[in-house]
This record gives sequence, C-alpha cells and structure tokens, in this order.
Amino acid sequence: MIPELGHFALACAVALAFAQGVVGIFGPSLRDARALYATPLLALSHFAAIGLAFLALVWSGVVSDFTVENIADFSSSAVPLLYRITGVWGNHDGSILLWCLILSLCGAAVAVAGGGLPASLRARVLGVLGLVSGGFLLFTLTVSNPFTRIWPPPLEGAGINPILQDPGLAFHPPVLYTGYVGFSVAFAFAIAALIEGRIDAAWGRWVRPWALISWCFLTGGIALGSWWSYYTLGWGGYWFWDPVENAALLPWLTGTALLHCAIVVEKRESLKAWTVLLAIATFSLSLSGTFLVRSGILNSVHSFAAAPDQGLFILALLGLTIGGSLLLFAIRAPVLAATGIYAPISRESALVLNNVFLCAIAAVVFTGTLYPPFANLLFGIQLSVGAPFFNQTVLPLTAPIILAMGVGPMLPWKRADLLPALHRLWLAGAAALLVFAVLTASRHVIAALGLAGGAWVVVSALTDLFRRRFSTLSRSALGAALGHIGFGVSVLGIAGMTLAVQKVVVLQPGQSTTLGGYTWTLQDIHDAPGPNYTQRVADIVLSEDGAPFLTLHPSRRFFAAQKVITNDAAIHTNGFQDIYAVFADEPATGGAELRLNRHPMAPEIWFGGLIMALGGFVSLSDRRLRVGAPARRRHKPEGVVA
Amino acid sequence: MLKPKRRRLYLVIVSGLCLSAAVGLTLAAFSSSLTYFLSPRQVAAQHPAPGMSFRLGGIVQAGTVQTTLAGQTPTTHFAVTDGRAAVPVVFTGVLPDLFREGQGVVAIGAMSGDGVFHADEVLAKHGAAYMPKDVEQSLKEAGKWDPKFGPPPPASTWNDMKVGS
Repeated sequence: MIPELGHFALACAVALAFAQGVVGIFGPSLRDARALYATPLLALSHFAAIGLAFLALVWSGVVSDFTVENIADFSSSAVPLLYRITGVWGNHDGSILLWCLILSLCGAAVAVAGGGLPASLRARVLGVLGLVSGGFLLFTLTVSNPFTRIWPPPLEGAGINPILQDPGLAFHPPVLYTGYVGFSVAFAFAIAALIEGRIDAAWGRWVRPWALISWCFLTGGIALGSWWSYYTLGWGGYWFWDPVENAALLPWLTGTALLHCAIVVEKRESLKAWTVLLAIATFSLSLSGTFLVRSGILNSVHSFAAAPDQGLFILALLGLTIGGSLLLFAIRAPVLAATGIYAPISRESALVLNNVFLCAIAAVVFTGTLYPPFANLLFGIQLSVGAPFFNQTVLPLTAPIILAMGVGPMLPWKRADLLPALHRLWLAGAAALLVFAVLTASRHVIAALGLAGGAWVVVSALTDLFRRRFSTLSRSALGAALGHIGFGVSVLGIAGMTLAVQKVVVLQPGQSTTLGGYTWTLQDIHDAPGPNYTQRVADIVLSEDGAPFLTLHPSRRFFAAQKVITNDAAIHTNGFQDIYAVFADEPATGGAELRLNRHPMAPEIWFGGLIMALGGFVSLSDRRLRVGAPARRRHKPEGVVA
Repeated sequence: MLKPKRRRLYLVIVSGLCLSAAVGLTLAAFSSSLTYFLSPRQVAAQHPAPGMSFRLGGIVQAGTVQTTLAGQTPTTHFAVTDGRAAVPVVFTGVLPDLFREGQGVVAIGAMSGDGVFHADEVLAKHGAAYMPKDVEQSLKEAGKWDPKFGPPPPASTWNDMKVGS
C-alpha cells in the first residue's frame, strides 16, 4: 500500500511540476496576478509531493518490503537500519528520486525565501525550476520507477553492496547532489533574467548566495567522496581522474568561476553576459555529470548499470535543457550591456584572469573525459585518458591561478598598481621561497613547487586578513580569505602526498619490516565478529627507535550474503601525516599480505576542502547579502537548504 | 580609463593566450599519455613495442595464478585471455579484492622484451557479476559472447575458457 501511495505522489509531483513550469514562465507575461501568487504555492506542493514519495520509498526500505524491486535488489533485513535508509539512494532509481527531491527543495526554498524578489522574477525562476524538475520526474516515473513491484517477492533481499555500507557514503550523495542541484537556482535566475532581458547589481546580489551555498555543498561533497575513496577502497589514493570524479570537478570549476564573476556583476555591473553563460554552463555540467555517468555512456568504475532506453531519454532531456538555454542565451545575450569599465590592472582584471584559467582547466578536463567515448564512437578505437594526461595539463594551468590568487585580493577595484600590492606580499613570497629551498635540498622538485605554492596562497590570504582591521572586516571578506586559505591547505596536502612512501609485504606473525623510519611488526591475526559480516583482523605494532607508539587493526571483512570480501584500512592520523595499513590477503603460505603507507600531509587535502566550504558559509552570513531585502529573507537559504 | 574597445582587445589577447596554452598542453599530453586498450588477441597480432604503456583487458585464465615471495614482497604471475590468445602478466603489489580466476580484469602497464606484460596496476570492478566495458567489447570481438544472446555468463564459468578455441 505504502509504495502505491509513493507512486501516486510521484505522479502528482510530475503534474504539479509542469503546472509550476507553465504558470511560472507564461504567467508574468500575461500580467495575471493569480499566476504570480500560484507559482510559490505550486512549488511548495510539488516539493511536498516528492517528499511524500521519497518518504514512502524510505519506509519500504526501513520495513524491508521486498515486493518493491528496488528494495529487494539493494537491501536486505540483515543490513543495519542506517544503511537500509541510505541504501535507498545507493542505486540508480533511488538516486534519481533523491536528485528530484533536492531540486524541488531548491524550488521550495526560492518560494519561501524569495519574498524580497520582484514577483515576476520569482515566478519565472520557479517556472524554470518546475520545467527542469518536471522533465526529470517524468523520466523517473516512466523509465526508472523506484516503486516497481515484483511478484513473487523474494524471502530475502540481495543486500547492499558492502563497500557502500559506510557512513562516509551514507552522506556523500545527498551533500554532493545538493551541490549539483543547487546550481539549478543560479541557472533558473540566469534564464529568468534572459527572458526579462535585464540584469543589474541586484540580480548579482540575489544569485550569489544561491551559487555560494551550492558551491559549499559541492566542495564538501567532493571532499567527502575523495575521503571516502581514500579510506574505503584501500588504494591509498584520493583522486583517480575517473569520469565520475571529473563530472563533479567540472561544475566545481565553472561554479568557482561563477562565484567570482558574480562579485563583478554585483559591485561593478560588468561581465553580465559572461556570468549568465557561466550559470548556464555550471548547471549543464552538473546535469550531464550526474546523468551521463549514471546512464553508462561514460565508462566509469562507479557507474550504475542502466538500460539503454534510459540513456536515450536522458540524452533527449539534456539536449532540450542545455540546447534550449544556450539558444535563449544566443538570442538574448546582446541585450545585456555592461556599464562598469576598468583598467587592465585591477580587481576586475584579476577576477577575469581567474575565470579564464578556471574555464581553461574545465575545458581541458572536459576534453580528457569525453575524448575516449567519442574516439570509440568515431574511430572505433578503445583508449583511455588517465591520470598522466590530467596531471600534465591541469597542473601547469593551476600554477598561474595559484600565483594570481595571492595578488588578486590585494588589488583595489577599477584601477590598481601592481607594485604596492606585490610589496605587501613580501612575507608570502619569502615563505614560499623558504619552503621551496628547504625541499629542493631533498631533491623533490614537484613536491617543493606544490608546497611552496600552497604556502604562498595561505600566507598571502593571511596577510590580506591582517592588512584590514578585524573590526571593519566584513564576513564576506573573511569568507573569501578562508576560501583561499582552504585552497592553499588542500594544495599543501596534495603536494605533500607526492612524498608518500608505500610498501607491499607478506609478514608472518612476529615478523617485522621497516618503512618511512618506522618498524612495522605484525603481532597477531585473529577473528572478530561484525553485524552482517565476519572479519579477520591483523594487529600491527609500529615502533620508532625501538619504542612502540601505535597499534593498527586493519581487517578483511567477509560478507556472506554477497560472497564479497572487503578490506577495511586502518588509518592513524596526527593531523599532518597518515599512517595507513591495509590487510590485503592471507596467502596460502600463511601470514598476512599487507600494504603499508606513510602519507605526509594527507589530512590537509580534506581539511582544506572543509575550510573552503566553511569560508563559503561564513561569506553567506554576511549582512550585505541580506541588505536591500526585507526582513522576511532573514531565515533564508542557509536555514532552508542546510 | 581605457576605452571599451581597447579593454576588449586586452581581454581577447589574455583569453587567446590562455586558450592556446590549454590547447597546446592538451595536444602534448594526448601525444604522450593516451593509453590504448588492447585485448590479448590484439597483443598477439600487433606485438606492441616494449615499454609502451597500454591497458590489457580480459579474463584471468583458469589455473594460471601463482604468487611467489621475493623476500617479503609478493609477486603474482597470471595470464589474461580473451579466449583467442593469452598474455602472461606479472604484477607486484596488492591485487583488488575481486581478483580471481575467471574474473574480468584490466591491467595497466607495458610489455617487456621477453613477451611478459609488466603491470603497474590491476583493476577489477567491485561487484562480482560485472564485466569491464572494454573487456566486454573484446570478448564480443573474439566471438566469445554476444549481448544479443542474453547477459554475459557468470564470471565463474569463464574458468573453463581455454586458449585457442
């Protein structure tokens, strides 16, 4: 009964979404006040309907209703409660429903928080969101319905994929999807502005919080995913340049560019058309990222298996959304004239430079990600573009961004002199040179360059903070500096990881080996119980100069239901270094095959991501983003979406 | 203040420089770091030059997996087959959890002079019933399986696959 209710609610949501789309987009041009009042209500009821459908699916998961195909295939009654809930979005159909839920949540947030917007703009924004949501809901309902029943129901479900049974993955998809989908609001604002043919500073001020909040979530989602793959997959890597990862990185790059150039629109009323284009590009990349990968067009280790008819439906939807918005842009963009002018050396120019380089990186990553499927389609050859390609192309393009990141915030608007700005940066320059000199002495040039770059960014952002008085420091300036510091910290972590050492050994209990200045001794291998798995645990004692200081317990878990073994890595971190051990196998000769790693600076990679996201939230709390809006906007995005 | 025309010129120059840098880097990286996917059959026919990095994909041939210890370091020898030809592979390091005979794998590395593929990395999909897309394609081309006749046979039945059939 409950799944049917969910199914019905989903069908209602499709109707409500299309109604929201049509009324919202055409209502304002008919000058009909009823349309303007109806759209927010439609958006709210549309959200309520999807929420109901989603709750119904979660309920089926919690009570283990195996007559629902989705639950029977991806859950079982032995799975702990948390993963019976999160397993609902750990598969193709459920994840798309979650995607639609978040999209409708964005619509509801605009309806509630957008009281300060002109009524026609709000209706149009909601209309665009409704149309997009309607298209994807129709897809869910017709070809990827999570409520499909099976008969006869199996006695027990197939169970969740063991590597998805992890707290990191439980929260990674919702956070990442909120990031992806949040850009739909910036996109809807861009389309609405194109329809109205008007963009001003106020538009920039309305768009920025939405772009900022989704950027925070996207940053957090990427960091979480990277951290998850680092500690669960047992490869000891954090980024593999896999198409799925690139799909998340692309909107992050253009979204970062969008954040920066929306400042220019807000402050200087310049770069308007470019901002609109970036908003369209960011959401288009989010869309194609989510769905190209999910539909199996891109070959990825993460992809869900999907039927070919789904791929075609998705391609049609993507074509309509992206093609339609770009066509609208081509027709209407000339209307958006710039008013602010600036000199080649100024804050504006620095932001333009940031945009140019971020977009160049995005273009390179895009090419590398999409070339293999196209080469296969056009020339029939199978090839892959892996980490070496991305390292060779992305790293050189990141270097100028790192350099400019230090200087940019020091420059005033309109017109600036480079010399005084550089003068203020002597400390950052000295810090970078010092780091570089120390590390080149130990002959690690790449690591030295990276660490020097990270030090440059962090110290220059700190200099910028101390240059202004703390009393007059606005939250948005503090947030921006935090964002830059976070990026610098991540760069430090990534550069530090190039100094990582690892070793694969087979040890008998009692034997030991040395790595990275430590002695690693395998003390014992023993059995331990688990909820829906049994595990073998290895006890590894680390000692330095003969004094033991740490015991690690990596384990191998046997999931009987799926006949799958996973390795649970043991990681010890002190904030600046990870000691990482994987219990890889028990060879026939006895003992344990272990992979031991020492990762200097690894925690900084995700710590930096966290600081970046935090910077975004600090910036969101700035008064300026609320000024010019009535009091109703006070409980706005942060409260609603977070 | 500069005239808008002049300003636009600067913008175009900067963007153009950056774009050409991006294109140049992409082309340079394409020429040096594209890795081709070859099936064992293609390796047998084309004899890729020793040291050229490529991805070798197929099924781990039944009865070929041997692990030896050199000191404390384990080295695994196995053969990858597509039912037409088999390529011996040597790999030092941790194999994926799902690595077993009859499982589809992709190995990244290069041939050495003695006709053995030295893998730097071995990938297997997390999911027992999964067939890597490239491997699926090469099995199709080897005439071992066609999607027209239903889903791929379960990984365990590939154990019976013999070379040269």
